[in-house]
Amino acid sequence: MRRRSADGVISGPPRIPFYNNPRIRGVLYQLILLAALIWLAYEFVINVRANLAAQGFSSGFGFLGNTAGFGVSQSLIAYSESDSYGRVFVVGLLNTLLVSAIGIVFATLLGFVIGLARLSQNWLVARLAGGYVEVIRNLPLLFQILFWYLAVLGTLPLPRQSFSVFGQVFLNNRGVIVPAPLFGEGASYVGGACLLGILATIALARWARHRQDLTGKQFPVFVSGIGLIIGIPFLVLATLGFPISFETPQLRGFNFVGGIRLIPEFIALLIALSTYTAAYIAEVVRAGVQSVPHGQSEAALGLGFKRGLLLRLIVVPQALRVMVPLLTNQYLNLTKNSTLGVAIGYPDLFGLFAGTTLNQTHQAIEVIAITMAVYLVISLVTSFVMNWYNMRLRLVER
Amino acid sequence: MTGPNAFVRQELISALPPPLMASGVVLWLRQRLFSGVFNSVLTVVSVALLAALLWPTIRFLLIDAVWSGSSREACVGQAGPVGACWPFITAKLTQFAYGIYPETEQWRVDLTYLIGVALLVPLLVPRIPYKIANAFLFFAAYPVLAYLLLVGGYENIGLPHVETRLWGGLLVTLVISFMGIIGSLPLGILLALGRRSDLPIVRMLSVIFIEFWRGVPLITVLFFATYMLPFFLPESWKIDPLARVLIGVTLFAGAYMAEVVRGGLAAIPRGQFEGSTALGLGYWRTMIFVILPQALKHVIPGIVNSFIALFKDTTLVLIVSIFDLLGQLRAGFADQNWITPATLFTGFAFAGIIYFAISFAMSRYALYTEQRLAVPR
Repeated sequence: MRRRSADGVISGPPRIPFYNNPRIRGVLYQLILLAALIWLAYEFVINVRANLAAQGFSSGFGFLGNTAGFGVSQSLIAYSESDSYGRVFVVGLLNTLLVSAIGIVFATLLGFVIGLARLSQNWLVARLAGGYVEVIRNLPLLFQILFWYLAVLGTLPLPRQSFSVFGQVFLNNRGVIVPAPLFGEGASYVGGACLLGILATIALARWARHRQDLTGKQFPVFVSGIGLIIGIPFLVLATLGFPISFETPQLRGFNFVGGIRLIPEFIALLIALSTYTAAYIAEVVRAGVQSVPHGQSEAALGLGFKRGLLLRLIVVPQALRVMVPLLTNQYLNLTKNSTLGVAIGYPDLFGLFAGTTLNQTHQAIEVIAITMAVYLVISLVTSFVMNWYNMRLRLVER
Repeated sequence: MTGPNAFVRQELISALPPPLMASGVVLWLRQRLFSGVFNSVLTVVSVALLAALLWPTIRFLLIDAVWSGSSREACVGQAGPVGACWPFITAKLTQFAYGIYPETEQWRVDLTYLIGVALLVPLLVPRIPYKIANAFLFFAAYPVLAYLLLVGGYENIGLPHVETRLWGGLLVTLVISFMGIIGSLPLGILLALGRRSDLPIVRMLSVIFIEFWRGVPLITVLFFATYMLPFFLPESWKIDPLARVLIGVTLFAGAYMAEVVRGGLAAIPRGQFEGSTALGLGYWRTMIFVILPQALKHVIPGIVNSFIALFKDTTLVLIVSIFDLLGQLRAGFADQNWITPATLFTGFAFAGIIYFAISFAMSRYALYTEQRLAVPR
């Protein structure tokens, strides 16, 4: 559009060379980036093929069907040495989920206690909780796992000199032995009864809310719910004549028979993960409670709320909005940190699969890719659920 | 003037002390420790807990401890309770500090530490000027110098080659932390900028990269770097095991750093971008001279916290057979000469104090900068 007028002055917008046009530049940069990535990927594939051929390793996922041939110290499903690597994978995954799930429960309980203790009016209690958080958070987790495993559990006495708790639970250097439940005839009905109790409680809660909406009358849902969930299974047990009994472990020779033995690796990992994550959860709890402005409590007290209702209806829902994403993050961290069990030989997914299976099959690419994929899927699914939940909880501004 | 029974006091009575129960220490005790039955019980329980924790620890570490000796005999076979076995630490101190770095060359490690401290301290104290030059020396020149000093390979000037296989202990811990820090910060900044970029492909790739590394545990990353990476590279490339771990740690920490930096970028008002565009600055100049200086300053505490996490995570390298401080400690426990009931606790106490001291110092520094940079409200 540049025009030269009669007196030779150039007017109109100046012509921009195409390489200075930001849009064209953007496209160009991205094309270069893509080309570089494709080239990199191509190089990787070439190298992988050359390296595999040079070292004579097989590739592909066929190895999952091969016989593993090694024992596993803890398995939730039936497993023997003649089972396949595929089954090893499942055993490991279940062990990871087991230690993570129990760890999450303990970490949450301990974390809430310590977080609330840090907010306590009592100076000493607040300081103790603060000290716990500082010490635990400033020491590496692997250090703590090794400490519990080598120094605490490793120095427990031999089975013959076990510490005994009321003659039921025994601690020794081979782990913790607890009584095993024995399920008699009809014990499976108890699970069904529990489920029935939970369903009845949900129905009751819906009915109570509906009635309160209509009439304003309240119903003690919490107490009756506990009554239903515990009461129905108890009734079932009583009518069946208590078919569940416990088998106490007995010392025979050098070892215990009966009961369930929790391996020391599991105990050490569980203690370390729970106490470590609890310190972080304590901080989350503190942040959550402190995020609710004091005016909210004052206003509620001014409106005549009682202490319990104030917490339940005013403080907790607002604190949860801050806490839930942070808590989920900690739960994810705990699950990912359970991989550190490999340092003490806990048979989790990582230890069994990226550890032993990798050593035996030498299929590093497949094994590590599968392992990473599992953790990645867990993380991504959790964060998708979290985003959805956050959307729902978001403050609606009017 | 007045009647014989009148008495007028001429001077002021001195003020009574405030009631004992409503002031000073007693009031504080009453309010903060004994304000009710429940609180009093809590206090008593806490005191008991504290005593039960502290007293045995002090006894073990100091009172009952054995301070000198040359083998396990010094730490066993005495009457009375056994305390910490400090001779174990003394005997293993060189290994904890240097691994099996050749003894005649250990001065190089010391010198590297010394230069590092000399550059780091002025960087941390806000009052000392020349921050940019200092930062350049510390983050760009120092790694090169440290590499030359530690790896060597120059016989003629008295710096023979020392393989990283021989490195160990605190040296490895610090090398991995430091290299992770200076590698992850630029990577994190680039990724954060990429994630906020207008270019869709750049943005998508950044998001994938960040979420991938954040979604997997660090130990799988280390395994990836140790066992899988060599397959991806030409056979002639022999990457040193320590360098592989460094690559893994840097990628992993970079993804976390990106999220920290992104938080800082998000806090910069739009007007800053618009203003610098109006002044005719291009994208990179806007970022380097206007946005990043402000954004990074905002997130110094977050950056230091990532450094703490990185420092603690360096312990994981022992799983891929690189002997950092914790790895050397574990190796020390296996020494037949020093197997005593107290060795384990002594070793953990020693390493724990080192880890705690460094992490705690960093976290206090983060807190200090946070307060210094906080906008007074």
